[in-house]
Amino acid sequence: MSGADNPAVEAGWASPPARKGFFTDTSVCIGCKACEVACKEWNGVPESGLEFLGLSYDNTGSLGADTWRHVAFIEQSRPIRRHDADAGGSPTGSLGVDTPPESDGDAGFFGEAGDFRWLMSSDVCKHCTSAACLDVCPTGSLFRTEFGTVVVQEDICNGCGYCVPACPFGVIDRRRGEKGVTKNAGLAQKCTLCYDRLGEGMEPACAKACPTQSIQFGDLDLLRERATERVADLQRAGVDGARLYGHDPNDGIGGAGAFFLLLDEPEVYGLPPDPVVTTRALPAMWRGAAFAAGSLILGAVVAFIGSSS
Amino acid sequence: MPSLGASFGRGGATTFQQDLQNSDCIIIQGSNMAECHPVGFQWVMEAKARGAKIIHIDPRFTRTSALADAHVPLRAGSDIAFLGGIVNYIITNEKYFREYVVSYTNASTLVNEEFRDVDDLGGLFSGYDEESGEYDPSSWSYEGAAEPSAAGVREVDAENAGGGKDNADAGLATGDEFGSGGANLHGSNMQRDETLQHPRCVFQVLKRHYARYTPEMVEEVCGVPRATFLAVCEAVTSNSGRERTTAWVYSVGWTQHTVGVQYIRGAAIIQLLLGNMGRPGGGILALRGHASIQGSTDIPTLFNILPGYLPMPKARIDRTLADYLASISAEGQKGFWAAADAYTVSLLKSYWGDAATAENDFCFDYLPRLTGDHGTYETAMLMNDGKVDGFFVVGQNPAVGSANGKLQRLGMAKLKWLVVRDFQAIESATFWKDGPEIATGELKTEEIATEVFLFPAAAHTEKDGSFTQTQRMLQWHHKALDPPGDARSELHFFFHLGRMLKQRLEDSKADRDRPVRDLVWNYSVDEQGEPSADDVLREVNGWHVSGEKAGQMLSAYTEMKSDGSTTGGCWIYTGVYAEGVNQSKRRKPGAEQSWVAPEWGWAWPANRRILYNRASADPEGRPWSEKKAYVWWDEAAKKWTGHDVPDFPVTTAPSYRPPQGQGGPEGLSGDDPFIMQSDGKGWLFAPSGLVDGPMPTHYEPAESPLRNPMYFQQSNPTREIYRREENLMNPSPPEAGSETFPYVLLTHRLTEHHTAGGMSRWLPYLTELQPEFFCEVSPELAEERHLEHLGWATIVTARTAVEARVLITDRVVPLTVGGRTIHQVGVPFHWGVGSDSLSSGDSANDLFGVQLDANVHIQENKVASCDVQPGRRPRGPALLRYVEDYRARANITKETGTVPLTSEEQ
Repeated sequence: MSGADNPAVEAGWASPPARKGFFTDTSVCIGCKACEVACKEWNGVPESGLEFLGLSYDNTGSLGADTWRHVAFIEQSRPIRRHDADAGGSPTGSLGVDTPPESDGDAGFFGEAGDFRWLMSSDVCKHCTSAACLDVCPTGSLFRTEFGTVVVQEDICNGCGYCVPACPFGVIDRRRGEKGVTKNAGLAQKCTLCYDRLGEGMEPACAKACPTQSIQFGDLDLLRERATERVADLQRAGVDGARLYGHDPNDGIGGAGAFFLLLDEPEVYGLPPDPVVTTRALPAMWRGAAFAAGSLILGAVVAFIGSSS
Repeated sequence: MPSLGASFGRGGATTFQQDLQNSDCIIIQGSNMAECHPVGFQWVMEAKARGAKIIHIDPRFTRTSALADAHVPLRAGSDIAFLGGIVNYIITNEKYFREYVVSYTNASTLVNEEFRDVDDLGGLFSGYDEESGEYDPSSWSYEGAAEPSAAGVREVDAENAGGGKDNADAGLATGDEFGSGGANLHGSNMQRDETLQHPRCVFQVLKRHYARYTPEMVEEVCGVPRATFLAVCEAVTSNSGRERTTAWVYSVGWTQHTVGVQYIRGAAIIQLLLGNMGRPGGGILALRGHASIQGSTDIPTLFNILPGYLPMPKARIDRTLADYLASISAEGQKGFWAAADAYTVSLLKSYWGDAATAENDFCFDYLPRLTGDHGTYETAMLMNDGKVDGFFVVGQNPAVGSANGKLQRLGMAKLKWLVVRDFQAIESATFWKDGPEIATGELKTEEIATEVFLFPAAAHTEKDGSFTQTQRMLQWHHKALDPPGDARSELHFFFHLGRMLKQRLEDSKADRDRPVRDLVWNYSVDEQGEPSADDVLREVNGWHVSGEKAGQMLSAYTEMKSDGSTTGGCWIYTGVYAEGVNQSKRRKPGAEQSWVAPEWGWAWPANRRILYNRASADPEGRPWSEKKAYVWWDEAAKKWTGHDVPDFPVTTAPSYRPPQGQGGPEGLSGDDPFIMQSDGKGWLFAPSGLVDGPMPTHYEPAESPLRNPMYFQQSNPTREIYRREENLMNPSPPEAGSETFPYVLLTHRLTEHHTAGGMSRWLPYLTELQPEFFCEVSPELAEERHLEHLGWATIVTARTAVEARVLITDRVVPLTVGGRTIHQVGVPFHWGVGSDSLSSGDSANDLFGVQLDANVHIQENKVASCDVQPGRRPRGPALLRYVEDYRARANITKETGTVPLTSEEQ
């Protein structure tokens, strides 16, 4: 990716390096949360609460000011089984061990596709090509780096919070806490794609810590090629529902810098199915607002003329 | 790991994790590899990407199951029935690798006429003594054995035995670990029938033993549907043979049972029958749960072995060095264990230097002698009896991590002093002020006389040293920064403790102080008082004391001498300092060397990565197939060669046959791949070395809601039992009252925490990921017991009741076993009650009683029976009354569950 496609060029970087990003392949995620811990360790992100949520093994809940990587756990369930019902079958993530010829046709859970899956997926800021958070930032704190990523400069952010509702994924948030006690309290916080590490030629902490290469870091165009091959492999192997998410430059955010291979609909993972940059409608909104303002003024003038007559 | 030792000759993982990528099928059983060994799990994912079948056999659907091709839920404690079923399938359907089996295993060896199997004796092997609860294993020996193949002599020392202990009183550390040398055959003159037809050949004995382990029986015992079981059999057998290999992976889900050693034997038998041992993509991978647990048995923290798995001498038996050596290996015994004299003398020279001479038996008398079991549980019992004054707790948290936490804490409250070395004020250091017994009133702080010393410990980043990880590989780590405050390394602590003890005894004239006074203790120390870890590694490796190479480091254990001219602190580690270079420091990137990566770190023995790799070639020395070539005989060069260090005398030709009566390495035939075994063969049937039987047999766990469906004998008749008020057991059939505890309880780990929590519950980044103690139950059990998601459950056993948040999940399924529904409850064991950690919670291990596997004295805390009720448990003294009420309802007395032999009257 280069030239006009590269948001870094559009942002005014003269000859930026190749755009960097994440390809998160959830089909090999083992839910170890090493990414969450590595991110917090490297970036000094505070603990975000010791609450038992009961969302399968997810006690983090969601991305936010204090969570820049979040592993979702989705148990895709079976109907409750009564004791008097047939207890022969059991759930599994069965993906194709053949029914043995010796078996009597009672396939158990080997023969048919499993009716239970435990999906795990590490979510992160998407580093959108069209980034609404950056569009609405009045101070210039949010900026596009030479790597094509979107980063908050904490010494410039004034904590206005405009970016928070602007994000179509609910990623960015202001950090709660007391100023002077909690680091960066009140300021907008999110994944920087380890901007400091990238500058030193290192990969982001989460990708470095991932033991199964579920989180892959690199040049975005290479990652997209690799992802296209991977999803084709999985589809050939009959893995139900394998798809890419956020890889398409023609989608509502111009493609994500951090995109995903999912095994089901995005909604299953808590991701919006068709995200749109929230500032896309701004020009039309301004036109509408101007029309409304004009109408009000016109109305007031008419009323004044009317009353004075 | 005596199980692997007794089967193959060495008690370590037989392969390395990276080799899993070459597997065509990986069975993960008794292990939650993705959660507990996430980094190594990448190689399972590599294999899967190549098309290998990954099957996870486990009571719970875990993060490992999520990534496997199939998950097979089975009843906790039923694995031997499952494995035995596979053995039966392999034999019945003739799926075994015949040439491999005939050449490389003891299948053709004849067993003694006296041997009687469990089907004849209601679930017992011949030789059981009801009085002692132990076997005399002499009838299990091979035909032609010169004398009984004692598995280890037991002797009662009433004076020092833990009070109330019933069975296996003070067994003299039976079942030596066999970590690095097979069991003694006492000069057997074996008979073989290579047609495998003789009714008393091992193969036929095995066939008869497992004939009853049919798919129907597996379904009845394990709750695994027949078709599912057969699908596993098909996957395993179709992925084994010349062109394909299957690997078996296990961890403590297998070892922490009263029959744990025999679980592993089950896998060993399967892997030998299928020809998967010693070959790429095959083997048995024992995953160790801590960074250096393999190291802690190689250079042991165990009481019954010396470094390199040399047995600890026994009182009144091993009077002289000659007595001792004769008990390890017999005259004329084959293989490298025959040189145990050189290993032992070199060790003694390392300990006592110039003071150790041929004239004084190299100070063999200085070694302590075992008078009985001095394992951790025996010691806890003695503490409760007030017979232990002081206790060091290092890298351990017995108040949380050991079975029957109350017994541990009550015992520690009777000590005079307790030293705890840890990063944090763990529960074992604070039980005297905030433990559960303070809340119930069983202990009062002001009445506990134990003086507790908490020493802050340095982390691995704050000290030099080596780890020996799960695949026997030593990797050096360098100090990155100084430890904070008063924190110091273990090496610092023990070096200076030893130095001060020596100082105190400097002027002593007493003989009893000689072992300490003569001890070589001259490690160099830096300006901060930190001893050199490098010096320790050099001592472990050993050097030439005299001769032309005097002062040079040894390159291999084969250079060790029994005349006192060499030292060596742990013979199996000799070579780690070959050429005077710390080989464990090597970090050549994988991309710059072969896939075996021999230049990364150093693995014992002799830097071999796959053990028994002679078996990767056929009897003539040719690879079984091109695809699975690993080590082979180079006829032109007249030596063994290949991708790894050959695990065989390098110039012994495949056709070599030793002269009759030849012992030592020269006694090995060219087709004896198990070079530490006294007959050179892999053992399908263990004629010696194990105390609870030559072949795995299904027994119910010590606490089970079910009657043993296979044998009259309910549970392992040799299990070690402690009959005490602090260690009451739930009744199991045929005893009355078992219905009070209808559910199966099992413990497990979570990725987010580390064992007893000392390294995770104090860290916010880990604690927030799993902030509370919880239990996993199926929706069906939740309905039966009115449990609510995110509510509380109280879990009850004869010991105590604990409360846990409820996680209702489809990952736990009820099983149909013997026609009834069995519910299983999973609890992570990371929590404990204390006031110092970020997350305190009831401890799962408080629920478990202490009954042990007699081979290794390991507790059964992977399975028990329990009851579950909705809501929180009573507080304070009301908790004791609540548990007392349960005991009364189930008629529990000290006798309950403590009779080793099942009888009708029960």
